[in-house]
Amino acid sequence: MKGKRVGLNGDTAVAFAAKQANVDVVSAYPITPQTIIVETLAKYINNGELDAAFIPVESEHSALSAAVGASLAGARVFTATASQGLALMYEILWIAAGMRTTIVMALGNRAFSPNINIHCSHDDAYAARDTGWIQFFAENVQEAYDLTLQAFKVSEDHRVLFPSIINLDGFILTHSLEGLYVLDDKTVEEFLPPKKPYNPIDPEAPKTYGPLDLYDWYMEHKKLQDYHFNNNVPPVIKEVFEEYAEISGRRYTPVKTMGVEDADIGIMILGSSAGSVRHVVRQLREKGKKVGVISLTQYRPFPKKELVEAVKNLQVLAVMDRSISFGSPGAQLYMDVASTLYNAKHRPLLFNVIYGLGGRDLTPVHIEGVVEKAEEVLKKGEVEEEQIWVGLKE
Amino acid sequence: MLYEVRWHGRGGQGVVTSSELLALSALKEGLYVYHAPEFGPERRGAPVRAYTRISDEPIEQHYGIYTPDAVIVIDPTLQSEVDYVMQGLKEGGLIVLNAKTPNSEIVERAKKLGAEIWVVDAYKIAMDIFGRPFYNTPMLGAFTKVWGRIKLDNVLESIREKFGERGEEIVKLNIEAVKKAYEEVKKYEY
Amino acid sequence: MSIEWKSWKELPIGKIIPEPATTLKFKTGSWRALRPVLNEDKCIRCLLCWIHCPEPAIIRLEDDLVKIDYDYCKGCGICANVCPVHAIEMKMEGE
Repeated sequence: MKGKRVGLNGDTAVAFAAKQANVDVVSAYPITPQTIIVETLAKYINNGELDAAFIPVESEHSALSAAVGASLAGARVFTATASQGLALMYEILWIAAGMRTTIVMALGNRAFSPNINIHCSHDDAYAARDTGWIQFFAENVQEAYDLTLQAFKVSEDHRVLFPSIINLDGFILTHSLEGLYVLDDKTVEEFLPPKKPYNPIDPEAPKTYGPLDLYDWYMEHKKLQDYHFNNNVPPVIKEVFEEYAEISGRRYTPVKTMGVEDADIGIMILGSSAGSVRHVVRQLREKGKKVGVISLTQYRPFPKKELVEAVKNLQVLAVMDRSISFGSPGAQLYMDVASTLYNAKHRPLLFNVIYGLGGRDLTPVHIEGVVEKAEEVLKKGEVEEEQIWVGLKE
Repeated sequence: MLYEVRWHGRGGQGVVTSSELLALSALKEGLYVYHAPEFGPERRGAPVRAYTRISDEPIEQHYGIYTPDAVIVIDPTLQSEVDYVMQGLKEGGLIVLNAKTPNSEIVERAKKLGAEIWVVDAYKIAMDIFGRPFYNTPMLGAFTKVWGRIKLDNVLESIREKFGERGEEIVKLNIEAVKKAYEEVKKYEY
Repeated sequence: MSIEWKSWKELPIGKIIPEPATTLKFKTGSWRALRPVLNEDKCIRCLLCWIHCPEPAIIRLEDDLVKIDYDYCKGCGICANVCPVHAIEMKMEGE
């Protein structure tokens, strides 16, 4: 591991990364559990440690709108939000992606109301899944820091030009302190030189932004966006991960696996709970249980090929969602996985596990329960209950 | 080695800071740490908990601490909430109380668990040094002595870093509080 | 620059139109059913028509005389309506 070892909570680590990325504009509205990020950046700017414009706004809708303008004008822009804040940004999420801004946003994952809750669900991350933002999931504070730096590099690449979200679980990561390695400023500066704007707003070369676009060209515009998102983003993410591995000693992959090569049962999960599952599964493997774990660092674009590869030896896969999608065939990650595997040569039996809503802790007992359920499915050779809830007061 | 600590206090007494400082001090020993404050409807005076997980191996698990190796009760009145503070304590665990003497029911429970009880009058230390009931740094000093795995120097260094930007005087008082509790904490023989 | 895209593959990134003021290319005069006709002798050069025209298709000339730009005038009739001396008359196209 390269860099200096420090102790920071997730929010502070993200703010520190944004400072090291030398952002030009911070446009944000504070909301728990992301508030520390905005406060820390405001402090850096006020102290003169970071030369950036801080745009205080009256709502998240304005925060992202200002960010869109700044990004198109050529600035390196950072923002952060959570839950209801993201919901208020929703209209602008599509605009930020469709107009090909390079905004980087930290999302302190928090449950949607009602009832009001400040703790972790992945509702907000999933709500942004269709909007054309690149999405990364951090599993710990180190990853929240590393992914923030890497997100700028990915988003600003001229083959990409899409905004990025870094998901970090509310409180579990935002407010919890862990040890992490931080790079020195010079290394970051070399990795992330000033943004080279692509075709920025320029009074000397006026262009028309966001014009009316009806049935004559709207569809072609969406096709181009979709084509670039699916085809250009994944290879650039891999390149950036590779370059970052060289400077940091920490190698990221779109899909993270443990033990899937020899396992019959797999558990798939996103965010801070992935480490919890790995910890419990490691102990189960010592007892001879053939269980593997899959998590995603890259959630959008969805890494289909890598997932098909990761499950090729599994017989049963439990897909765990920290969210629900009312009336859908399953929760959001489950639907992604099921549709990815439908046409795959090998597909394990699938079931969906709902866990951790509104900050409900995912304990070792719950994780062992999921494994037991998967063992039943394996034995029977069929899925009787497609969705189960764990940690629920029955 | 995996060691899990649960801190009990009341909002405003600095229970989160205690846990954070313990984690930062352990980090200086080259150990792996996870410090998690418990967030509910925070109000000054309401019972608050914080958790510190320390290990010589990377810590991947992010779930709560249910079977702590040590409970530290930084508020003198909270030891009467026996079920609350003793919940899940491991056999042979440590109980560190801000008290002149432990509550008799805690002593009974400790006997059954073979747990050690340590007491320190952090109320007096805090009032003498700060003139206000700030129990976080004295109780950290007490636990540093009781656990014995973290060097006092590393704790003092963490305090300098944490309080440095609030001025020399604050640093000095907190260091004094840590040292005093470190010296005064006593094992309660039952 | 003239925009002659044939496929989505040729579109510029970000859904922009890479030049400004492309509406100049749309001669909206062809939409007109009624045609404003100015009687210069009656005109008192108050410029109310010039102020009110939403297109704007009233061109202000030297000495504050006005001319109607039939390339863009959609024939809405606001100019005739606001003229205090009835110097503009709306006539059927083709008459």
